[in-house]
Amino acid sequence: MKNSLKRGSVAIVGAAESDLGEVGPGFSAMDLMAQGVHRALADAGLTIRDVDGIFSATAQSRFAGLALAEYLKLPEAFIDSTATGGSSFMGHLAKAQMAIETGMCEVAVIAYGSTQRSLGRKNTSVAEYNPYETPYKPFLPPTAYAMAAARHMHEFGTTREQLAEVAVAARQWALLNPAAFEKKPLSVADVLSSRMISYPLTIRDCCLVTDGGGAIVVTSAERARTLKKAPVFLLGEGHVTTHASISNMPNLVETGAIRSGEIAYAKAGLTAKDMDVIEVYDAFTINTILFLEDLGFCKKGEGGAFVSGGNIAPGGKLPVNTNGGGLSYCHPGMYGLFLLIESVRQLRGECGARQIAGANTAIAHGNGGVLSSQNTVILGTAATL
Amino acid sequence: MVTKKQAPYTTYVEHLKQGQLAYQFSTAANKAVFFPREFCPFTGEDCLEWRISSGLGTVYSTSAISVRDAAPYNVALIDCDEGFRLMSRVEDIPADQVKIGMRVQFRLHTPEGDDPYPVFVPVAA
Repeated sequence: MKNSLKRGSVAIVGAAESDLGEVGPGFSAMDLMAQGVHRALADAGLTIRDVDGIFSATAQSRFAGLALAEYLKLPEAFIDSTATGGSSFMGHLAKAQMAIETGMCEVAVIAYGSTQRSLGRKNTSVAEYNPYETPYKPFLPPTAYAMAAARHMHEFGTTREQLAEVAVAARQWALLNPAAFEKKPLSVADVLSSRMISYPLTIRDCCLVTDGGGAIVVTSAERARTLKKAPVFLLGEGHVTTHASISNMPNLVETGAIRSGEIAYAKAGLTAKDMDVIEVYDAFTINTILFLEDLGFCKKGEGGAFVSGGNIAPGGKLPVNTNGGGLSYCHPGMYGLFLLIESVRQLRGECGARQIAGANTAIAHGNGGVLSSQNTVILGTAATL
Repeated sequence: MVTKKQAPYTTYVEHLKQGQLAYQFSTAANKAVFFPREFCPFTGEDCLEWRISSGLGTVYSTSAISVRDAAPYNVALIDCDEGFRLMSRVEDIPADQVKIGMRVQFRLHTPEGDDPYPVFVPVAA
């Protein structure tokens, strides 16, 4: 694939969440995006007058870029509102790099907002009719991921207990994150005995349904060095689309992350073993297993054993999803932005009890649709340039 | 008579109404294609011809979906012997008894007032 974008040419200089959890009636998705933008700009030491690029997506706005430009009164801003589900924001980061490198904008905000918990999922995302799937009433997205999990269990002997280990590790991380939605411990037995949703996934194998949003601020490496916080540089990015609907996924146990990871690692000049911070999109417990395999942290088929025994939990050999993840921290529908926010905070050393000591590199892997869009981002501190 | 101007989905449903599970075959790529579409996704050529499946296939993956106050229902992905995959469900057995690798046979389902669609049943041993 042709790609002339320069390693480290742009950096994330601001990152913030909006209010999370259940924000209550009356709030719009744009209110939460604006909260995120306001806080992320303050984090960067910039103001709205510095912004000339807007990147946003949400299921609650058909034209999210227009809506945010209206809200922020930025009529001439460069706009992109590419929507690839939860991975949209990794794509926005790559497109912000293109726009900044080519002079289309200098300071970009990438924003997300959702009030799906306050309004109810049925009121905030429209289910598309597909004549080859809809008549069978798959409960989407869980059923798609359940079928991937079932296939993984069939091919590799992965167990429901191993899936549950992912949820338990996420909960242990969440207990170290004051912003996390879940506040109580969780055991493997709790996960197994909770309400079955779509076999083999119980409600505790599925991500939370929360409100929330946030933003990151991106600018050129040169300008980044003049700002308040240590810049977090974009080292590499890869995006692969294997399908849109689950019946068209070529292989349910091999995701596009294999290729998106290869592309991102090649651009960054790094490999899995160089990664200090690992944030992967855990909409369901099977995701973490698939992405750890596909991004090279363990061999294909060995993910179930790899996540067991606290290996990815606090104190384990490989810290994964240090904010508590979509499973226990927050999941407002399209979660990818939060992986980038956590990566930035880890690389700045701002994570308190859950901080990974001396972190210089991070992989933030976004997933969109039903394992459809795979988008890998590799970030690094100035030490990695 | 199928004309070029008819939607691929319409042709698919016409075959179903005759009790046939139809799929497309790319003569350029020598591969089955499903869902029905206008052009070959492998070569981009206008070379798709309609073929009729034997209706035999194997469960590739499956899930039993829980429902409040009712038995779970099945959704499955079926790999048909001709080399295409589709979403469907396996009927005649409880949802949680549908297993990966199970051999299944096409059966037509015709909902009241809606287009027919294919379901599957276990192949008799």
